[in-house]
Amino acid sequence: MRVNLTVNGSHQVVDDVWEGESLLFLLRERMGLPGSKNACEQGECGSCTVYLDGLPVCSCLVAAGQAEGRKVRTVEGLAEGQPGDERLDPVQEAFLEAGAVQCGFCTPGLIVQSHDLIERNPAPTDAEIREALAGNLCRCTGYEKIVDAVRLAAERKAAAS
Amino acid sequence: MTSPLDVASAPGGVGDSPLRPDGTLKVVGEFAYASDLWMDGMLWGATLRSPHPRALIRSIDVGPALAMPGVRAVLTHEDVPGRALFGLDHPADQPVLAIDQVRYQGEPVALVAADHPEAARRALAKIVVDYDVREPITDSRAVIADPEGLKVQELGGITRYQPVRVGDVAAARAGAEVVVTRDYEVGIQDQAFLGPEAGLAIPSEDGGVDLHVSTQWLHNDLRQIAPCLGLAEDQVHMTLAGVGGAFGGREDLSMQIHAAMLALRTGRPVKMSYDRHESFFGHVHRHPARMRYEYGATADGRLLYADVEIVLDGGAYTSSTRNVVGNAASLGVGPYEIPNIRIDAYGVYTNNPPCGAMRGFGAVQACFAYESMMDELGAACGIGPVEIRRRNAVSQGSRLATGQIIESPAPLADMLTRLDAMPLPPPLDPSDLRNLPGGVSQTTRGEGVARGVGYGVGIKNICFSEGFDDYSTARVRLEVIGGEATALVHTAAAEVGQGLVTIQAQIARTELGVQKVTIAPADDRVGDAGSSSASRQSYMSGGAVKAACEAVRAELLALAARRLARGGHDRDDLTVLGGKIVSRADGVLGAVEDVLRDDVIERTREYRHRPTVPMDPVTGQGRSHTQLALCVHRAVVDVDVELGLVKVVELAAVQDVGKIINRTGVEGQIHGGSAQGLGLALMEEIIVVDGQVQNPSFTDYLIPTILDMPPMRLDILEHPDPEAPYGLRGAGEPPTLSSTPAIVAAVRDATGLALARVPVRPEHIVRGGVTWTTL
Repeated sequence: MRVNLTVNGSHQVVDDVWEGESLLFLLRERMGLPGSKNACEQGECGSCTVYLDGLPVCSCLVAAGQAEGRKVRTVEGLAEGQPGDERLDPVQEAFLEAGAVQCGFCTPGLIVQSHDLIERNPAPTDAEIREALAGNLCRCTGYEKIVDAVRLAAERKAAAS
Repeated sequence: MTSPLDVASAPGGVGDSPLRPDGTLKVVGEFAYASDLWMDGMLWGATLRSPHPRALIRSIDVGPALAMPGVRAVLTHEDVPGRALFGLDHPADQPVLAIDQVRYQGEPVALVAADHPEAARRALAKIVVDYDVREPITDSRAVIADPEGLKVQELGGITRYQPVRVGDVAAARAGAEVVVTRDYEVGIQDQAFLGPEAGLAIPSEDGGVDLHVSTQWLHNDLRQIAPCLGLAEDQVHMTLAGVGGAFGGREDLSMQIHAAMLALRTGRPVKMSYDRHESFFGHVHRHPARMRYEYGATADGRLLYADVEIVLDGGAYTSSTRNVVGNAASLGVGPYEIPNIRIDAYGVYTNNPPCGAMRGFGAVQACFAYESMMDELGAACGIGPVEIRRRNAVSQGSRLATGQIIESPAPLADMLTRLDAMPLPPPLDPSDLRNLPGGVSQTTRGEGVARGVGYGVGIKNICFSEGFDDYSTARVRLEVIGGEATALVHTAAAEVGQGLVTIQAQIARTELGVQKVTIAPADDRVGDAGSSSASRQSYMSGGAVKAACEAVRAELLALAARRLARGGHDRDDLTVLGGKIVSRADGVLGAVEDVLRDDVIERTREYRHRPTVPMDPVTGQGRSHTQLALCVHRAVVDVDVELGLVKVVELAAVQDVGKIINRTGVEGQIHGGSAQGLGLALMEEIIVVDGQVQNPSFTDYLIPTILDMPPMRLDILEHPDPEAPYGLRGAGEPPTLSSTPAIVAAVRDATGLALARVPVRPEHIVRGGVTWTTL
């Protein structure tokens, strides 16, 4: 089948999609956007989190066909500028600086989820941060520096606005 | 001669916390993990696995699978080009593909390569395997009782029996005023790294294969892969693909040989990427343990003897079980002085899931038991948990159970005092549901919640032990690129998330006084770096990078002595600092770039730690470890005793890391290691019934979320080890040991239950606990 969708602001047409493919597979294997990660492919780990029409979803649980005519924003679409010379989103910058990245496999999903949290709640408490990120598994960091990173990103976004 | 530099002085150098060099790629989603690799014309590989833990194979029919559209190859053991068996240990005992029988559920039986991953999966379903199903051997203690009768494979029986004998336990027992005897169990823990086993195999022009894989040890993979492919080692080219966590689970091979076989057969690149379900069967786990401990002491709590049996179930193949047993035996009573010791540690073969390396490697299981014993002993003597530990704690100069003298600082008593002095968190505020065990799912107002506090201590060997020739290799190149002196650091050491690439760059900045450092991709075009395991890479590959930098620096200074200030300088008078060549007598002489000009200085060095010896097979004695590291934890928990729910309120840790190379990095190791210990304490277990895994998914195998993991309070000490580079001490594993017993002790404190098994489940709490008498 053919799928029309907008990914990170650009309209895309993807052909020869098998009906059983997920949005995650479409992004990773057919569109060259492997930033969304395939850690469990059953909606438990949050590593594949993307925006679908502005709402964070596990892209592994969305059938590729369900994205027809809709807007998708992935971790690759958060920074501005060209690869290699990008201006990181404050959430990306904060994850990097706070030491919230180790192996980094959970990072794209956590960054999208944290980005959404701060959009909705510009000054989240620690309890709110933990609640918002409870669907994103990380095996390396013990989460402490992820909480630090979200706090830091919120402060920076508040200072910049 | 050691570095003349003040190691804290270089920005981005040792002791600083520069950003990860791979960090930007990771936060923008462009870091290439193994499962992200892609090539034009590539095929997808898939693995057919045994549904049975034990069965004979009567026949395999691949015809129907091969006839399916889009299927390019279907392979069985008959298609293995070289040696049929591989394995971490010798003799290799694991079939590349099952030959005439399967010995664990999930054992690979056949392979498919197809145009689309779904086509490959559907083809797997068409392969017809005729199994003659047999009763699995699953009782580890029964194997010890009858090792010849209960053999799952030729080697055994018993994988390794390692006794430890010190003093006279029988005589000490007669004189003991307090005796405590308990049984303990540890369930099977999974590494649960998030990046699945994956890789890309590309046929090369020389008839060999290029492998891009996520692994912990490129060269050891190579030594196992090449013979099975029937290729020379120089025909197999290994490159590290991005690794999404490892924790021991990538020390054994997974898809490497399989993808290479499919690529060689089809002449096309083949990608394999396990999904989470397959990953639970695609790697070894932490050994489950059954342990019996008896301690005797004086009335005032001084240990007189320990009588210990530890049984570790390794599953059907050897993997690293022998070394896991060595750790369990040598560290089986922990960092305590005990004059009389009898330990019997066993590893056995069964048809349960295969077990091998996981963070903490044999020291985790025993730590849960010996720390539980310290609490029991303290209770029996009327002494608190901190004091009973302090009273028996090792210190520098103490003897371990193996007779090995602890030669470097081991300030355990001080660490416990510091831990005890840390402020406790405020009492539970039940007005906010999120504070309660179970969080927003709570159905009560916290009427049944009780608080508890517990302590745990762990000791872990760092680097490989027991006489292994443990080394790492680094190549460092210094040249002027774009007008700036630039160091290129090349090792085969696996960055698995721990931050080794950051540390390698820090060492180069410190040793060479340059700012710009590039870390080359890890591959086999440089010598062996050893494994990213045993908390050893900062020590070993850090040591190799330091040695190679020192050699480059010596050459640079020799060049400077000739080229600067008309050659009038003695080389020993010179040093390099902040990109400048500095004379102690005359100050700054010039820039590194002015000395180097168009020259390139490149040096390769191997680094070894002090040799160790095997444990004596009868007494367990010997200097089997090179470095030992300590961590202590205090856990504060709230337990809903009616619902069986536990909330860890706070974890505090004191760890001695010798020297902080990178504070952000070492804090991350302690946080992450503690979280995995929390998982083992409260939720993580691969549940096995009759050799069959019951919960191979993240729906049913739970790992800690951000709601489960509490804030941590850390106190990181720096008592240098004079034998190690910069005095550092490996840091990744020790926190995984001590957080588990600390949390369980806190749950016991809150509930009064014995809790002899981890993970502690809600039903253990509401039904009055699994006690040592009911195991």
